Amino acid sequence: MNGLTITALVKWVDHRLPIFSLLNEELNEYPTPRNLSYWWNFGSLAGIVLVIMIVTGIVLAMQYTPHVDYAFDSVERIMRDVNYGWLLRYIHMNGGSFFFALVYIHIFRGLYYGSYKEPRELLWILGVVLFLLMMATAFVGYVLPWGQMSYWAAKVITNMFSAVPLIGDYIVTWLWGGFTVGNPTLNRFYSFHYLLPFVIIGVVILHLWALHRFGSNNPLGIEAKGPQDKIPFHPYYTVKDAFGLGVFLVLFAAILFFAPNALGEPINYVEANPLVTPAHIVPEWYFLPYYAILRSVTFDIWFLSAKLIGVVLMFGSSLILFLMPWLDRSPVRSARFRPAYKMAFWVLVFDCVVLGWVGANPPEPPYLYIGQVATVWYFFHFLVLVPLLSLPALDRPKPLPVSIGEPVLKGGGAASAGAPAKPMEKAP
Amino acid sequence: MADSANPDLSGDGSGDGSGDGETRRDFLYLAAGAMGAVGTAFVTWPLIDSMNPAADVLALSSTEVDLSPIEEGMAITVIWRGNPVFVRHRTAAEIEVARAVPLDDLPDPQADADRVQKPEWLVMVGVCTHLGCIPIGQRPGERKGEFGGWFCPCHGSHYDTSGRIRKGPAPRNLDVPPYEFLDDTTIRIG
Repeated sequence: MNGLTITALVKWVDHRLPIFSLLNEELNEYPTPRNLSYWWNFGSLAGIVLVIMIVTGIVLAMQYTPHVDYAFDSVERIMRDVNYGWLLRYIHMNGGSFFFALVYIHIFRGLYYGSYKEPRELLWILGVVLFLLMMATAFVGYVLPWGQMSYWAAKVITNMFSAVPLIGDYIVTWLWGGFTVGNPTLNRFYSFHYLLPFVIIGVVILHLWALHRFGSNNPLGIEAKGPQDKIPFHPYYTVKDAFGLGVFLVLFAAILFFAPNALGEPINYVEANPLVTPAHIVPEWYFLPYYAILRSVTFDIWFLSAKLIGVVLMFGSSLILFLMPWLDRSPVRSARFRPAYKMAFWVLVFDCVVLGWVGANPPEPPYLYIGQVATVWYFFHFLVLVPLLSLPALDRPKPLPVSIGEPVLKGGGAASAGAPAKPMEKAP
Repeated sequence: MADSANPDLSGDGSGDGSGDGETRRDFLYLAAGAMGAVGTAFVTWPLIDSMNPAADVLALSSTEVDLSPIEEGMAITVIWRGNPVFVRHRTAAEIEVARAVPLDDLPDPQADADRVQKPEWLVMVGVCTHLGCIPIGQRPGERKGEFGGWFCPCHGSHYDTSGRIRKGPAPRNLDVPPYEFLDDTTIRIG
């Protein structure tokens, strides 16, 4: 009887607002390639961490005071006096790190399997927009505890805009709301830190909308031929995502409870002092590669100052991802079938790790020179190597399987071995 | 905006907004759209300008400094508009070194005489012109860099005894703020 009433109510609502139909189609029946590996877990994991960040953030905001005289103390009060404040803050603080780790894997997954290629260019572009929004959110959030590294990170990063010709100094004063990083800066950063996550949610919805238009890419990079190549999202991938979430939460909890400060800089537990710069300013680990690129430019080129070039390259290193669908013209998506691209991909991963390592060290030889080589390689990869390896003459693709389902349904992958190479299918 | 009602502006490629015989309507759409854009820009300005320094922030823009306790060779740091200002009572040797440098050796050429009002008093904003760190070298025993002035620990800029950039990524000499001598031992910065 009770069940009947609920069913009737659901029907009544769904007739007027088909939200239950939508959820059923997009989360339950949603046809998904049957061959997704665990590399396809990271998008949903990032979404879950976004929710964790917003929930802990809302609660932390109830205890935090955005004023230069009180901000640091209010965070220490959260750590010592507020019930479970230490837990909430450690979740939020380490959640940021884990969020970046997940998103970096997610991005590299896309680069490896060619997930940015037609017809998923906009899906990819929205992803890069999400990444940029996330970096902005992380940066303004890092300033809020008003420790030494908070303050000097804010000062150094905002000062980058002074490299803009002619109006640079006005931009910086405008960003600060004063003549240096101060209370107006802290207030507006707090405002942005509360705003941007909701902007991110909006873009996530667009990202998912674009994803569900053509469905997920898959490790083979070929389109599904028919229903035999797909399985419903629930229960197959809800279970797989749930298992991945469990593994993730184990790692997250391990850091959270046993090494909550391992990923941070100890000096950020010293209150901000506008008159003393710490001896070594380093960003959080997830920004180290960009910091290395910024600092690797030590010479002017023509009328362009080293500072300007460094800033442009630093921002360019992320913005270049927007162009990926057009830099890579190869019709084959998955790096599994592109031997040279696959190698270049792993070199790029290594290059990013090297940049991160250089970013953590002072800008002196030998780190400086290693950083310069790694910076050149980074841009060489995207601007030269990727377009060149799109040419079949330079990177001959291996034969593609006939379909996703075929090796499974006909028993054994041998069936696909002799299949001729053919270009990626166009979407209907 | 109202563009969607106009087939010529709907972006379907059927027309470029003129020459289809609907010029009067097109003109009205364009004029209304332009007015809307200008109006929006005007309304946006207060929002943008509200983020510029407020009146109370601007009101803190001058600081008086008593120089009498600063002996030769000593330096103090005062705060002006939230930034440190280095005030150094230079020794004769430091002045001599600063004056002896050929301008051709300087990335940002400026004579020492142009940076001081009285040679023994060097007054500068103590903010590195690279990315805004505070150079060290104010206190005895701190690293002063290769040119005996100041050294920025963030990215390795070296400043000389006149606060001029000599080596490293900073593009400009340390800024000299506007200041005036109220009497022999008092200056007002700002």
